[in-house]
Amino acid sequence: MEYFIQQLLNGLTLGSIYGLVAIGYTMVYGIIGMINFAHGDIFMLGGFAALIVFLILTTFLAGIPVALALLVMLIVAMLVTSLWNWTIERVAYRPLRGSFRLAPLITAIGMSIVLSNFIQVTQGPRNKPIPPLVNDVYHFGDVTISLKQILIVLVTSVLLFVFWYIVNKTPLGRAQRATEQDRKMAALLGVDVDRTISITFIMGAALAAVAGSMYLMYYGVASFADGFIPGVKAFTAAVLGGIGSLPGAVLGGLLIGLIESLWSAYFSIAYKDVATFAILAFVLIFKPTGILGRPEVEKV
Amino acid sequence: MANSPVTTSEDSSGLMAKAIKEGLFAGLLAFGMFLLYVGIETYQNIDNKLVWRTRWGLLAIFVIASALGRFLVVGFIKPHIDRRKLAKAKAGIPEISSEKGFFHTHFLKIALVALVLYPPLAIMLSGVQGSLKFVDNFGIQILIYVMLAWGLNVVVGLAGLLDLGYVAFYAVGAYSYALLSDQFGLSFWILLPLAGILAAFWGIILGFPVLRLRGDYLAIVTLAFGEIIRLVLMNWTEVTGGTAGISGIAKASVFGIYSFDVGAPNNFAKAFGLPMSSAYYKIFLFYVILGLCMLTAYVTMKLRRMPIGRAWEALREDEIACRSLGIDTVKTKLTAFAIGAMFGGFAGSFFAARQGFVSPESFVFLESAVILAVVVLGGMGSLTGIAVAAIVMVGGTELLREMEFLKHVFGDDFTPELYRMLIFGLAMVVVMLFKPRGFVGSREPTAFLKERKAVSGSFTKEGHG
Repeated sequence: MEYFIQQLLNGLTLGSIYGLVAIGYTMVYGIIGMINFAHGDIFMLGGFAALIVFLILTTFLAGIPVALALLVMLIVAMLVTSLWNWTIERVAYRPLRGSFRLAPLITAIGMSIVLSNFIQVTQGPRNKPIPPLVNDVYHFGDVTISLKQILIVLVTSVLLFVFWYIVNKTPLGRAQRATEQDRKMAALLGVDVDRTISITFIMGAALAAVAGSMYLMYYGVASFADGFIPGVKAFTAAVLGGIGSLPGAVLGGLLIGLIESLWSAYFSIAYKDVATFAILAFVLIFKPTGILGRPEVEKV
Repeated sequence: MANSPVTTSEDSSGLMAKAIKEGLFAGLLAFGMFLLYVGIETYQNIDNKLVWRTRWGLLAIFVIASALGRFLVVGFIKPHIDRRKLAKAKAGIPEISSEKGFFHTHFLKIALVALVLYPPLAIMLSGVQGSLKFVDNFGIQILIYVMLAWGLNVVVGLAGLLDLGYVAFYAVGAYSYALLSDQFGLSFWILLPLAGILAAFWGIILGFPVLRLRGDYLAIVTLAFGEIIRLVLMNWTEVTGGTAGISGIAKASVFGIYSFDVGAPNNFAKAFGLPMSSAYYKIFLFYVILGLCMLTAYVTMKLRRMPIGRAWEALREDEIACRSLGIDTVKTKLTAFAIGAMFGGFAGSFFAARQGFVSPESFVFLESAVILAVVVLGGMGSLTGIAVAAIVMVGGTELLREMEFLKHVFGDDFTPELYRMLIFGLAMVVVMLFKPRGFVGSREPTAFLKERKAVSGSFTKEGHG
């Protein structure tokens, strides 16, 4: 039982990270209907930004409190990845809006290749380990909870609340939802569609950066190739939860995290990704709209 | 050009101000984007501890290049393009010119002759051993991608089913050949069709559950299937050898008459009294893959004119209309998957015979992405366009391997190979931005009323699965 609870906790932590990345996928898909393949690499860029900031901080301010260091890492990572995602949308996706649907998908795959290779070239192909930031561990009987895990779940919950609030209660969120429903009509009613889409990309990137920083904190290592597999899993999470739905993305992320950690605990670690992908396939085949997605009406 | 309106000096000064502003903004943006990644280098020191150092010079180059590039684009290139477009629109040149030159009408024959003559030409120019590079790295490598892209074209370009896991069938073909020749000692010429059939079988197995899915959902499930197959190959160590893969795969032979094994009595070079060289095998393989490509093209062109090909294209244009006209969409989709997969299987078994070694490393998602990129960049559905795209994209990146002279320019620790995929990705984006319909953006319709007219790519819809 303790083992099960332990795995549950691990899965929850991992799932929170996937959920944060999945929100970026789901928001972009919801608003312009494209799979932003480069999003996983934005997540990786976020991790690298946090890593570099951490190195600089520890050189210049050796005695800096951990909480402050984490905050600075998060904020810088969010800023930098926002710039990147904004620019990518501007350069690679916006000119192709209104073009045929495969075109932005291809540029997104291209951007994904560019980003991971850019980091490989500029930062080197080797894994980058950092010393652990947060070491505290709490014991409850046989179950161990580390402060890292608590932090990750906490940050995810706070960010989720903030995002839920933005999308549901603010004029910006209203503009986003309007653009999602009908871009042309939203534009006619005075919504600045281009700006709304840009902000959506920025929001997605900021969340991915947080996820990337926490992934770095959790595993203590960053690599240029880290974008693809977590990216695909986060996309799986978004689809599983019902693409376009914010709570769905988080639910999907948590489910994927749980499946992954429970599968590796009870069956086999080698096939954990196979389990994730197989579940994705099953869900899509039997319930293509995902768990919380709305069914798409087929029009002639 | 004389009658086109010339921008007044007032306009151009405004333009300059705008260009400078945008240039500065781009520079600032680049500074923010590259400060951490380019301006700072992280590396492990002797104690294996991660440390950093600055690279301000490189950062400055990046920032200045971005600013200058944006300035030039806004200030000079874009106005120039706009003027040309305006002049063109005034002159009334139609988008698709109907006149065709000699080269255009006989393009296929010329290309085929050039390809057949390519290996002898390479030998003539650089000797038997020197031709290896041209025939193997460029010829065979490009033709494998041509074949894969033509195979995927059946699924994506003709039937409009977006498949992101095509590399799975390539892997099935390669492992079929590797395992069956290893276990049962069967020859390449028996296993080639068998690998194709097995891959087609897998195409049907994977195609069946995804029949109901459309568009992006289909794309993501095929991606998942592709990854599942790769992960199984990687982890099922007893059969597939795991990440180490299978090595020492038997070479193909000239229909069993001549062998390319060094020790064999009927060795090709010995039989003809030629000096020993691995080049003969590669040249033989070049003709094999050329033949396979021709077969793919022939089958694709024939199928397009048959009811099933028409059904594919109808399915791509409108699935609902298709169903209401009584076309069996299940059968149509499955045949597209199966035939596309079969070509992938052929290419896979050829790949295994050429490399003599297969491992899951060769069948990552990136390969699927590259193949799909070649199909889309070539102009979906157009065989010529796809071949051109394969030559440009694959040949171009192979060329980077050869650019040793760059070492003299940038110093000895400069490895052009490192930039191969970076440039490939950039090329994907740039080509897509300037030619969203691909290199060959027009298609010849298979069904027509009185005369065949080229259809601009803009009029044909892409598939939604």
